[in-house]
Formats: sequence, structure tokens, C-alpha cells
Amino acid sequence: MHFDITMTGFVALYIFMLAGFAGWVIIGNVPAILHTPLMSGSNFVHGIVVVGGLFALFNAVTPQEQAIGFFAVLLGAGNAAGGYAVTDRMLAMFKTSDAKLAHSHARVHHLKKR
Amino acid sequence: MLTPTLTLISQLVIGTADLVAAFLFMFGLKRMSSPATAPSGIRVAGIGMIAAVLASFLYVFSVGPAARPHLLVNLGLAVAALLIGGVGAWFVGRKVAMTAMPQMVAIYNGMGGGAAGSIAAVELFGGHTNGLTQLAVTLLGGLIGAVSLSGSIIAWAKLDGVLKAPWRVPGQQVLNASVIGATLIVAGVIVASTMGLAVLGLTTAQWIWIFFACALIFGVLMTLPIGGADMPVVISIYNAFTGLAVGLEGFVLQNPALMIAGMVVGAAGLLLTVIMAKAMNRSIANVLFTNFGTVAKAKPGAIQGSERPTDAADAAIKMRYAGKVIIIPGYGLAAAHAQQKLFEFVKLLLAAKVSVRFAIHPVAGRMPGQMDVLLAEAGVPYDMIFQLDDINDDFATTDVALVIGANDVVNPAARSDKSSPIFGMPILNADKAAQVYVIKRGQGKGYSGIVNALFYAPNCNMVYGDAQAVLVKMIEAVRGLGAAAA
Repeated sequence: MHFDITMTGFVALYIFMLAGFAGWVIIGNVPAILHTPLMSGSNFVHGIVVVGGLFALFNAVTPQEQAIGFFAVLLGAGNAAGGYAVTDRMLAMFKTSDAKLAHSHARVHHLKKR
Repeated sequence: MLTPTLTLISQLVIGTADLVAAFLFMFGLKRMSSPATAPSGIRVAGIGMIAAVLASFLYVFSVGPAARPHLLVNLGLAVAALLIGGVGAWFVGRKVAMTAMPQMVAIYNGMGGGAAGSIAAVELFGGHTNGLTQLAVTLLGGLIGAVSLSGSIIAWAKLDGVLKAPWRVPGQQVLNASVIGATLIVAGVIVASTMGLAVLGLTTAQWIWIFFACALIFGVLMTLPIGGADMPVVISIYNAFTGLAVGLEGFVLQNPALMIAGMVVGAAGLLLTVIMAKAMNRSIANVLFTNFGTVAKAKPGAIQGSERPTDAADAAIKMRYAGKVIIIPGYGLAAAHAQQKLFEFVKLLLAAKVSVRFAIHPVAGRMPGQMDVLLAEAGVPYDMIFQLDDINDDFATTDVALVIGANDVVNPAARSDKSSPIFGMPILNADKAAQVYVIKRGQGKGYSGIVNALFYAPNCNMVYGDAQAVLVKMIEAVRGLGAAAA
């Protein structure tokens, strides 16, 4: 590799620590009413694993590696796409008393068309 | 043909796209802290995901010499896997009923764990790991990912009703401990085997197969004994597991975007697990390793009196003429798919100038926040929905508390009875309302087998029946009243 990000030992631990802390703080602010969409939303976020699956598949040499790599991308893509679909659907449903029913329906409709 | 410049540019683009994706994930999750900004939050995160996936195709300029002859085949496989997995899950996710959300979240989560486990498998079989640290991290990530995959599949089967009762055998803890012990030993053998030691005449590859088989079996064994009402904790924990596995494999692949996304989700899942366990006044270990309910059968006969049934119409009319009503939904509402009928009934009450609010217990339903989503689907505005701490003091001044398909979360024994297995669990103080109605499928106990003192209280009446059928009767009763008045 010519352009290399190398993380070993402590650098990785620092990244893990800061990311874990950020996750804890960000999620701590989410109200209980949004816990289900939050969970499926964070579920979607770890769908980024599909990118790792792609790297593994591109580097596959033997048929065995290709088969497992294919499986990894398949599952990762399902994780990401499914997680997004259900989260988006759930979040579109939350509305306040003020929002006119007709208005919010139109908005959801509009989003679906896009 | 593959010039070094091209390789360098492609790697810069991948690195930038991953950095942007990591930022957008965090920013998107941050926007999820309010219902008003949350829809844009998931869309922002979605843009990050698309950018990272598209950019990763540029990696074709950087593949090693050994994989180069296979590049076209691998590209085809990648596109096929993305399309099949992505499009399939997308359509299922768009169509599935809101009441089925817990099992969908479980299965998508399992897929992520499986993907992380598969990446570990590719790295292990291909011998791509460099040094002991990488090998150990790969094994750990593979173990957690595989447990998350098989465990989530069992969780899905339980939530979907494929598996009906928890499966419990004597000595289960010993069995589970020996399986995880065996898995860790096999992991040690793989390390030794990679360093050139032949163990029991098996090759490294064979040991890797045994390792993943053990991990998958452990996930199954760990999830089988857990009861339905403990599912919020289990789903949260597997969410954390998958996040952790993704983060660890991100380290193996030297990809910071995976590391950050995985660890953020791991922390989020851990936090939710802690919140759920706290709401049940139990430790996480207690949920996972104790067969709740088998110890809870003792102590019958401590409660005097009997359950008093009443008519759905009578209850409905009482609420129609009440000043303040609080509704407590539980899993029974979801099981009966009665959320639409409930809001229809509530709208009639609101039209009659009754103040109606919803009180949600943190562990009501089968996953964190499930009741909030069901009410939102029915069209209930979120400013009518209140969490335990915000509403619990108001029951004392409430005319009617209506409990629908909830049981243990309103059991006053948790407050007063030290011998009760749920003693100390925070509950909704429904019993403090002037009148309590409980809609329940029939006489019987909650999942824990605990007698509910509330049902025998002098201010409580039971309305037996399927929640949907009962609510239809209630709607008719209130409508009939309006017609008579006119």
C-alpha cells in the first residue's frame, strides 16, 4: 500500500475509547420514546460492516474465501438496507398534536415518491 | 496498467468517503435525540452509508497480486450480493407490520453479526492476519459476531412465535459454560496451530470450522432459555455485540470507519441494555443466566379476595364521563394488533373533553420503546405519550387507569412485598387511580408466574377478552351514547 493508515495497539484503543464515549453520550440524550427507532438506527449504522465484507471479497483468492466473502457482503447489505428501511418508516410516524393530520400524510407521501 | 497514481488517488477517495461516513453516522445519531429532527438523522446516516459503499469499489485498484486474476469474478459476486441482500431486506423492511418490528430488528442485527463473523472467517482461512494481536482480535470479533448471528436468529424465532416456550434443562449454566470454555480453548488451539504446532492431527482450517461451530452453538444455547418479557434486554445486548464485532473486525481490516461505527453502536447497545435491566431491577447477568420464573412460583394465597370482571361497555361509559384517564399499554396490545382501535376509542374520549394520556413503562413490550412506535403508528401524537418518571405521580389524581395487556409493570407487589421476585422493580402506580380497568385475555399470571395484587384490589375491575375485541365493544358503547343523546 502506498497510502496507508496504520493503526496498531494504542492508537486503536484510543479510537475505540473515544468512539465508545461519543456513542454513550449521544445515545444518552435520546428520549425513551425513540428507543426503538434508535436501536434500529444504530443497527443500520453497524451495517457499515458491508464495506469490510467488500474488501474481504475483493481480496479473495480461493473459492472458499469467495463464498464466505459473498456471504459477508450479502448479510451486511441486508443489515444496512433493512435497518434503514424500518428506521425510516418508524420515524416518519412520530408527530405532535399541532401537526395537521392531512399535512403529515402529504409529507410522508412526498417522501415515499422520492 | 494499474498505475501507482491511480492506486493512490483511489485510496485517498476511499479514505475520505469513510471519514465522511463516520462523521455522518455520528451526526445522524445525534439528530435522533428529538422526534422532530430524527427523520433527517437517519437520512443523513444513509448518505454516509451510500458514499462508503460506492467508494469501496475503488479498492479494485489496490487488490493484492494473488487476487488480481479473480477480480472480475469477485466484482460480479460483490454486485450480486449487494443487490440480493440489499433489495431483499429493503422490501421486507418496507412491508413488515409495525407489531413485527422487534423480530425484524433482531434479524437485521443478526445479519450484521454474521457479516462480521464471515469477515473474520475470510481473514482466518486466508491467513491474512499479521501477528498475535491481529489474530486474537480477529478470533474475538469472529466469536462475538457468530454468537450474535445465531443468538439473534433464536431471538427472532421466539419473537415471531416460531419457538413458543423457553427451552430449559437442568444444568443449563454448566452446559453453556462448558461450550463457551470449549470455544475459547479452540481459539487458543488456532493460535498455536497458526504458529506451526499441529494439535490432535487436525489442520488449522479444521480447527477454524470447529471454532465457528462452537460459537454458533453457544449463541443458540445462550438465547433459548430466555423468556419473552426479557427480550428487551436480549435485543439490546445483541445490538451491542454486533457493534463490538464490527469494531473489532474494523481493526483487523485497518478501517477506522468500521471501528468508529462499531464502537458507537456497541456503546449505544450497552447503554440501552443497562437502562432495560435497571427498569426491571435486575442485573444483566441475572437476565442472561438465571431462569426467571422457575423460582417465582412460591407464595400463593397471600392475596385476599377475587378478581372482579366487568363489562367492556360499562368500563367505556365510566371513562367517557371521567375527567382524567391514563392508559397503560403492554405487550397484549401488540399481540392483539389493537393499537388502531385504541386510538379510535381515545379520539372519542378526547371529543368528549376527557383528558387522556398514555403511560409507558421502559420494558413494556418486547423491545425498548416498542409501545411508543405502535402508538405512533396508530397516529397518537407523541406529546400525549409519557414515560414512567414523568407521569407516575399523576395517578393519584386520575379518575381511571386503563391497563391493556400489561401485567408485571403495574404489580404493586414490586413496591411493598419484599418476598416478591419483582420487588424493587420500578412500576407504574396504576393502583393509585380512583378506578382501574384491566383488559386481559383471561385469568392467569404474567410471564413470571407472579400473582398480580392489583387485579384483586378493591378499585380494580377486569375486562376479559382480546384487546381488539374489547376496544371495539368500548367504541360501540361510547358511540351509542352519543346517538342516544342526539
